[in-house]
Amino acid sequence: MSAEAAAGRPLLSIRDLRTYFHTSDGIARSVDGVSFDIFPGETLAVVGESGCGKSVTAFTIMGLVPVPPGRVEGGEILLGDRDLLKLPESAMRDVRGNDISMVFQEPMTSLNPILTIGRQISEAILRHKDVTKVEARRLSIEMLSRVGIPSPERRADEYPHQLSGGMKQRAMIAMALVCRPRLLIADEPTTALDVTIQSQILDLLNDLREEFEMSVLLITHDLGVVAEVADRVIVMYAGKVVESAGVVDLFERPGHPYTRALFRSLPSLEHRGEALQVIPGNVPNPLDFPSGCRFRTRCPIARPECATTDPQLIEAAPRHLVACPFSSDGGDAQ
Amino acid sequence: MKTFLLRRFLAIVPLILAVTFITQVLLIASPGDYFSTLSESPSMTPERLEFLRAKYHLDTENVFIRYWYWLSGVLTGDFGYSFKYQTSVWSLIGDRILNTLLLAVGALLISWGLAIPLGILSAVKKDSIVDRLAGGLSFVGLSIPSVFFSLLMVLFAAKTGLFPVGGLHDQVYWDFMTPWQKFVDVIWHLFLPATVLGTIGMAQYMRQMRAEMIETLSQDYIRTAKAKGLSLRTVLFRHALGNAINPLITLFGFSFAYLLSGAFITEFVFAWPGMGRLTVDALIIKDEPLVMASIVMVTVMLVAGNLLADILLAAVDPRIRLE
Repeated sequence: MSAEAAAGRPLLSIRDLRTYFHTSDGIARSVDGVSFDIFPGETLAVVGESGCGKSVTAFTIMGLVPVPPGRVEGGEILLGDRDLLKLPESAMRDVRGNDISMVFQEPMTSLNPILTIGRQISEAILRHKDVTKVEARRLSIEMLSRVGIPSPERRADEYPHQLSGGMKQRAMIAMALVCRPRLLIADEPTTALDVTIQSQILDLLNDLREEFEMSVLLITHDLGVVAEVADRVIVMYAGKVVESAGVVDLFERPGHPYTRALFRSLPSLEHRGEALQVIPGNVPNPLDFPSGCRFRTRCPIARPECATTDPQLIEAAPRHLVACPFSSDGGDAQ
Repeated sequence: MKTFLLRRFLAIVPLILAVTFITQVLLIASPGDYFSTLSESPSMTPERLEFLRAKYHLDTENVFIRYWYWLSGVLTGDFGYSFKYQTSVWSLIGDRILNTLLLAVGALLISWGLAIPLGILSAVKKDSIVDRLAGGLSFVGLSIPSVFFSLLMVLFAAKTGLFPVGGLHDQVYWDFMTPWQKFVDVIWHLFLPATVLGTIGMAQYMRQMRAEMIETLSQDYIRTAKAKGLSLRTVLFRHALGNAINPLITLFGFSFAYLLSGAFITEFVFAWPGMGRLTVDALIIKDEPLVMASIVMVTVMLVAGNLLADILLAAVDPRIRLE
């Protein structure tokens, strides 16, 4: 899929996006020069540790970064010909929930406890489509049934506390997809769910992506989830993209030292009983990133020049970008 | 819902028994009785005093006997006669409880009517000039003593003549007024005391409303609502307000109680013929039947206020079911 899609025009293009948070302690450069494309029909996973800027990237696309303290300092988010960052708030509201929708990490708290499920879904339709209330309700129930909620007629009149966690996430997905968006941003959609429910939700997202011909931007820290659903992967570290590749490519030939370290820290059946390899050190403080390459303080192959030059994304292989000039030599040595 | 209401009504009975019993204990424990002041009078003989005390069952210190005398009367529907006024306590309380309710409702309308919109505005425009002004206003409202504020308002009324300085209605022309004129006249008299009482509560509710609204606006479901492309107005009023107002409804039950008991000073300064003054006067001279009946009424109204709050809460929040 990704190979054909890559040839076409991207659905969404992010160019040199910078979102900073101005706190009393200083400026947190949470997203600092991020660029990538999402092509029609693909699932693009953004992977990284907590605080690497993956969620902030998603919120910036949605225009939901709280201002202040957040501020988009620069860059472009192109949806077709429109730069979302230049749209007035009213026009952006027409995009949200209509062209681009979002599913959040916490289904437990992401639904309004005092409104019925049906009402919360149909208000999205009523906001964006020219339909009657009765029609909106019918569409909501249809959507609930499509995401696998049994007896949707009854569930539509229930409140969130009457649904289980998995059901809530299904309802969230129904809410996000009811206006048939072209892009769904799923921010850690399965993190809060238990493992059996996780794979059901991922399967559902995959099925719906094909059925609705939409793209999915999947934000996750879970490489297992990535392997299951992604077509392409972006690896983020400390507010920057450090690697971008097709999913098979990335799993077989991880290029960046950070990506390799991530894979080494995964538990695997082959190395049962051995201690897991952790990445030494901590995620750098976003108020005070290291100079040059931001991973150098934890990198096994760091050299003196890493402190002075900002590594650019270079094509290590076709459609495989790595932000490390030394990735080809000996990063896997240990 | 029905069983809930029934249970709550049944719960009033032991509550009233407990409250009145404690009141009786306190009345006996404090020195003197209604006739203590009369004993100073030269025309009062010790025999006469003893006769009166026996007649009104004040001749024993035994709480249970005294309480039983009162309770047995109440069980037959007789709350007794006021020592001072020598009329049935209900004829005294009847009008006054309505006046107090009127003052309480007026104060509630003013305090909630201002507190909720101002609180929402402050939360949405956090740290703006509007927020700071509202914060300053609530600071004044919280710190100003109600006696001083009441007197200030009386002074204002006296100097400008825009409002009456006190009373429930016009003393001279009342009997010649049409019902509509009477209504307007009472509202006109109500305005200042209700403003004083309302301002004091308003400050607190506004701070609370602001804090709840700020808290609610940071919730995940508000982000979900925004992600649907809803306008700020819809997010605020459909998604946030119903959640934010929840703790304030609980406060409403308490505020009602406060207004019933705490209005004494305002009632006194504005010569408002309400329960507060009647009860405090009765307590000072130890007019026992009147004290007991007032306590019963205030208890009932307090429970009613809390019940109303519970019902409102269940109406707003589907997670609360009254069973």
